Amino acid sequence: MTIRGKASIAGAYEHPLRVIPDRTVAQVHADVAVGALADAGLSMDDVDGYFCAGDAPGFGGFSMAEYLGLQLRHIDTTETGGSSYLCHVGHATAAIAAGKCSVALVTLAGLPRSDPASMMGGARAMFASAPEAGFEMNHGMAIHGGYALAARRHMYEFGTTSEQLAEIKVAASHHAQFNPDAFLPKAVSIEEVLESPLVSDPLHRLDCCVVTDGGGAVVVVSPEIARDLERRTVKVLGHGEAPKHTNNGRIDLTHTGAAWSGPRAFEEAGVTPGDIDYASIYDSFTITVLETIEDLGFCEKGKGGAFVADQGLRAPDGRLPFNTDGGGLCNNHPANRGGMTKVIEAVRQLRGEAHGEVQVPDCQLALAHGTGGSLANRMGSATLILGQEDA
Amino acid sequence: MSDLPTFAPPVTPETKPFWDATAEGRLVLPRCTSCQTVIWYPRTFCPACHTEGVEWIEATGEGTVYSYTVTHKGDGPWRDASPYVMAYVELDEGPRVLTNIVECDPATVTVGQRVSVRWDPTEEGPAIPRFAPVG
Repeated sequence: MTIRGKASIAGAYEHPLRVIPDRTVAQVHADVAVGALADAGLSMDDVDGYFCAGDAPGFGGFSMAEYLGLQLRHIDTTETGGSSYLCHVGHATAAIAAGKCSVALVTLAGLPRSDPASMMGGARAMFASAPEAGFEMNHGMAIHGGYALAARRHMYEFGTTSEQLAEIKVAASHHAQFNPDAFLPKAVSIEEVLESPLVSDPLHRLDCCVVTDGGGAVVVVSPEIARDLERRTVKVLGHGEAPKHTNNGRIDLTHTGAAWSGPRAFEEAGVTPGDIDYASIYDSFTITVLETIEDLGFCEKGKGGAFVADQGLRAPDGRLPFNTDGGGLCNNHPANRGGMTKVIEAVRQLRGEAHGEVQVPDCQLALAHGTGGSLANRMGSATLILGQEDA
Repeated sequence: MSDLPTFAPPVTPETKPFWDATAEGRLVLPRCTSCQTVIWYPRTFCPACHTEGVEWIEATGEGTVYSYTVTHKGDGPWRDASPYVMAYVELDEGPRVLTNIVECDPATVTVGQRVSVRWDPTEEGPAIPRFAPVG
């Protein structure tokens, strides 16, 4: 049994703001929930399944179900960092296929710019009690430092260059200039990326994603409900997920969990990387994109640098148009988690609702990929293959 | 000893043999008594054969740099220590351990470089392993 075609994304909503000084995390969850349900043509009373992750305040799913007034028969609070929301879409589809719910709401929200304290409490307690804590706490691992370790090793093994990594930012910024909501709406050059300050060598400031307040939500529904909605829906065709860890101190920094989640998703969907018209690739850092593209099979391992050069990621005509909203690198990385916005832009592309300058013509098949945690130690990968309504 | 921020690690009954050895300037590693796999991070459960039970072996304290980064903008107490070198060092016994490269110009660190252990003591007793270039 597979979940191919067993559910559809009927609603998707991205909060339009990138700085939200006057609302709580719970309020922003509510804002995006209302937005996604309105987009689907459904109401809060229709929701019988709810999915959220570590960004949800308080007791997570319980607190938000109470806040929103949801009456649920299914709840799933899978927490895999930024990849959580792609897991949720896969899990919601499986739950719908199993008859556990028929309208699943997935929400994400966070205020890392306006209320950094709201982000840190849970994470600090979690890391302090981790069994590895004493062996990692004394070495100054900044988030960008961990990804820099991966970038350095990839450069060493495969000859990848800073210029190639920079082109990933340049492509994202090329798309962001058409997104009026983007946090960084200005197109940048390779030189500008390379001339921005090094944060953790070899990564520069412009190799990093933005830090934004905000959120997003999607609504996943059964085929029966999708049929009765006026809105064009997007079919879930395949899903794969994979945690990756240090493997007893034998970590390989040159690949991500996408090497496992990708093939699972492609097999379930019955398609290959060559069939994909548009890809949302998690882009916390430029190196995240480069390794993921290789791992998903869009090119050979180690050839990602050559693949992204020559404007290969630029929409609408590149060999793999990616992150046409500007991605986490330029548009939005709400709650320090870019997974939800990856799903939302893939839905826009399949509905033909991306900006005209970056809409992929006749986009039939899209991939959305999420990454959580750190490439340097413990991470989650989740891949979705999505198709048009009649796929 | 380096001037990097150094905090007392949490010491549990499970990790006490490791930290006790560091106080004496010795690097010890847990080895599974069933399958002989050297385990990292230190714990008494073997992630290779999924059994409980280790013996603590003396490591050479030497290894090679698997990857590294010069962090120019550290977080919290590391901001003032920047720039500093964070690295994975592959110990000669197999594990790749997160650490810092010290006692050298950060610009001279390379992947594949040979390094050996240095100890930064804490007031509570345990010392933190960091590495410096050999020769």
